[in-house]
Amino acid sequence: MASEVLVIEGLKTYYFTLKGIVRAVDGVSLKLRRGEVLGLAGESGSGKSTIAWSILGLVPPPGRIVSGSIVVDGMEVTRMSESELRRKLRWKKVSMIFQGAMNALTPVYTVGRQIEEVLRVHAGISGYEARKRVYELLESVGLHKTIADRYPHELSGGQKQRVVIAMALALEPDIVIADEPTTALDVVVQAQILNLLKRLQREKGLSIILITHDLGVIAELADTVAIMYAGKIVEYGSSEDIYKNPKHPYTQALLKAIPRLRGPVDKLAYIPGQPPDLRNPPQGCRFHPRCPLAFERCRMNEPPLFNLGDGHLSACWLNEGEA
Amino acid sequence: MSLGSEVLLDVRDLKVWFPLRRSLTEIATFKPRRYVRAVDGVSFTIRRGEVFCLVGESGCGKTTTGKALLRLVEATGGSALFKPKKEVLEELQSKGVDVSGDGYVDLLKVPRRRFKPLRREIQIVYQDPYGSLNPRFTIKRILEDPLIVHGIGDRREREEMVAKMLEAVKLTPASDFMERYPHQLSGGQRQRVAIARAFILNPSLVVADEPVSMLDVSIRAEILELLLDLKGKLGTSYLFITHDLAVARYICDRIAVMYLGRIVEIGDARRVIERPVHPYTKALIAAIPEPDPENRKRFRELRIKGEVPSAAAIPPGCRFHPRCVEFEEDYDRLKPMCPVKEPPLKRPLAEVEEERRVACWRYITWE
Repeated sequence: MASEVLVIEGLKTYYFTLKGIVRAVDGVSLKLRRGEVLGLAGESGSGKSTIAWSILGLVPPPGRIVSGSIVVDGMEVTRMSESELRRKLRWKKVSMIFQGAMNALTPVYTVGRQIEEVLRVHAGISGYEARKRVYELLESVGLHKTIADRYPHELSGGQKQRVVIAMALALEPDIVIADEPTTALDVVVQAQILNLLKRLQREKGLSIILITHDLGVIAELADTVAIMYAGKIVEYGSSEDIYKNPKHPYTQALLKAIPRLRGPVDKLAYIPGQPPDLRNPPQGCRFHPRCPLAFERCRMNEPPLFNLGDGHLSACWLNEGEA
Repeated sequence: MSLGSEVLLDVRDLKVWFPLRRSLTEIATFKPRRYVRAVDGVSFTIRRGEVFCLVGESGCGKTTTGKALLRLVEATGGSALFKPKKEVLEELQSKGVDVSGDGYVDLLKVPRRRFKPLRREIQIVYQDPYGSLNPRFTIKRILEDPLIVHGIGDRREREEMVAKMLEAVKLTPASDFMERYPHQLSGGQRQRVAIARAFILNPSLVVADEPVSMLDVSIRAEILELLLDLKGKLGTSYLFITHDLAVARYICDRIAVMYLGRIVEIGDARRVIERPVHPYTKALIAAIPEPDPENRKRFRELRIKGEVPSAAAIPPGCRFHPRCVEFEEDYDRLKPMCPVKEPPLKRPLAEVEEERRVACWRYITWE
C-alpha cells in the first residue's frame, strides 16, 4: 500500500556482548501508515527503544541489525551507509525525540542556535532564513520566539521538551519517533505535551511512533498499539482492540496492573516474576513462566501471531481457535 | 483508620527554608537575604497504623518534608511531635532529651547527637533502588548494617534477623540472597532489599519516598502489596510520598495535596481523589492519563494556567492564584482575598466529610 510510510519485516537486532547474544528485538514486523500514531508499549528491556534505534540506524555497539528489513518511504534502511543515513534519512524522513532529550541540550548555546544547527547541517539553511524558521518552529510548539535567545538552564522541563520537539520537526519529517517523551515530566506538563503532539500530528499529518511503558499515555494518542514482551510483539491491534478487548494474557495483566482514578479499588493485579534474560529466553512462549494460563504447549512451542480479524494479532496459543 | 487511633506524629507549621547566596549588589544595598521556601508552613498528623500520603508535583516540598522529619535536612521552624516506643523513649530520657508527659518528643528539637535512638523508630525507603544500596556490600551486609550501628544482637542473632527479614519481603530462600550483591538483583528485588533494610529495626514510622515510581508497572503492585502486608503484620505507619494520585488512591488512608511548599487540600484519600475541591487538586487529577482509547479523540482540557513559579519567589496571597482558573471566573468576589491573603486550611463549605480541609478562599467562609 502506498500510504505506508514505514514497513518493518522480521527485524532482528541483537547485542553481541561478552556474556552472550542478547536478542533484544527478535523478529518484529510493523507497519506505519501516513498520519497514524503507533503506540509501542512494554516493560523496560522489552526492546522498544532498540526498534527505534534500528529505524534510524543508530543501534549502539555491540548491537547490530542481524536480519530483516526496514523500509522508509521506499528506502531500505538496513542497507544504507552512515553517510546516506545522515543525508537522506535522519531528521528529514524520520526524527526522534529521545528519552531524556531535554537534558541533552547543550548548556553553552542558546536553544535558537541549537535548532539552527540542525537546519544548517542537514538542510543548508542559514542566516536570516534559519532564524525565521526557528521562530516559526518555536511558535508551532507553543513557545514565544524570545525563547530562541535563552539558554537551556533558563527554561523549565516542559519548555525544554517543547524545544526538543521543535527540533525534531525542523526538517519536516514524515515520521517522528517519541521515546518516553513525557516520562520525566509532571502530570500537568505531561498533559500539555501530549496535547501538543496531538495537535501537531493533526495539523501536519505526522506519523508518530510513541514508545512508552505507560499505557495511559499511549491511550492519549495512539490509533494502533503494539505490546512488546521480551523482544517480540505479543499483541497488535487498534487502540479499541487492545484496551477494550485484549486477547493476550500479558496485555490483560498489564492493563489490570494500572491503578485507576475511578471505579472500585480492587486489589491491584501484578505479574509475578520478572522478564526473561534475553541471552537465554525460555523455550516456547517467552511469557509462559509468568503466565497464569500457560499449559503444556506454551512450554514447548512458540506461538505465532494469530490474526483475529481486522488486523488484531495476538501471539497466544489460546487465541489459535479464534484465528 | 478510625478517628480514635492514637496520634503517632503531629507536625505543626513545619518550615524548611534554604538560604540563597546574596549577590554583591544585594549586600552593598543591605537587601535582606532571600530564601527558597521549599516547605512553608505544613501541618498534618499521622495516626498509628495509618498510611498518610503527601502528593504533589516535583518541587512542591513533599520530599523535603519527609527529610526534615528524619533530620536529613534541618527545619527552619515548626514542630513535629512523635511518640516513640517505650524503650526508645526511656533511652532518650536517660540522655536528657525533653519528653512531654504523654510520651511525645519534638523530632525537630532533639539535639543531633542524641537523635540516634530515634532513627530506629523512623526509617526511609528511597525512590531509586539502584542508587540507594551500596554496590560494594552484600545483601546480608546491607541489612546487617543498621543492626550493627544500633548495637542489636550478636553475629548469629543478626544473621537470623536478616534471614527472617528477607523472607518477610519474599526474597526466598533467604540463603540465596545473603551473599549476592545489589547489581545481581532486578529493580524489584532491590527495592525489596531497601524495604527490608527499613523494616529490620522494626520502626514505628516509615517514610516511603516514591518507592515504586522507578519500577515497571507490572511489578509496582507487587511492591505496594508488600508494603501493605508489612504494615498489617507490624502495625507500622507510613508517610507515603508520591506524585501518582492513582497509586495514592490504592494504598493511602488519608492524603495531603501539596503545592509550592504548602498543603492545599487534605482528607480521606479516596474522597479527595474522587471529589476534589481545591482548583489545583482538580487540575492535577484532570491531567492524569487513563487507559481509555476514547481519550485520543479529544484534547485534554487543562484548567490551570502557566507554570509552577520558583520557590524563591512565591506569589503573594494564595500562592496558587496566578495559575487559578476559578479565581479568574469568580474574580469580583475573590479579588480582595486571593491576591492578598494566604488562605488557611479550613473545612470547606458544603462539605460533609469530617476531615476534609482545603486552603482556598472560594470554598471557605471569610465574609
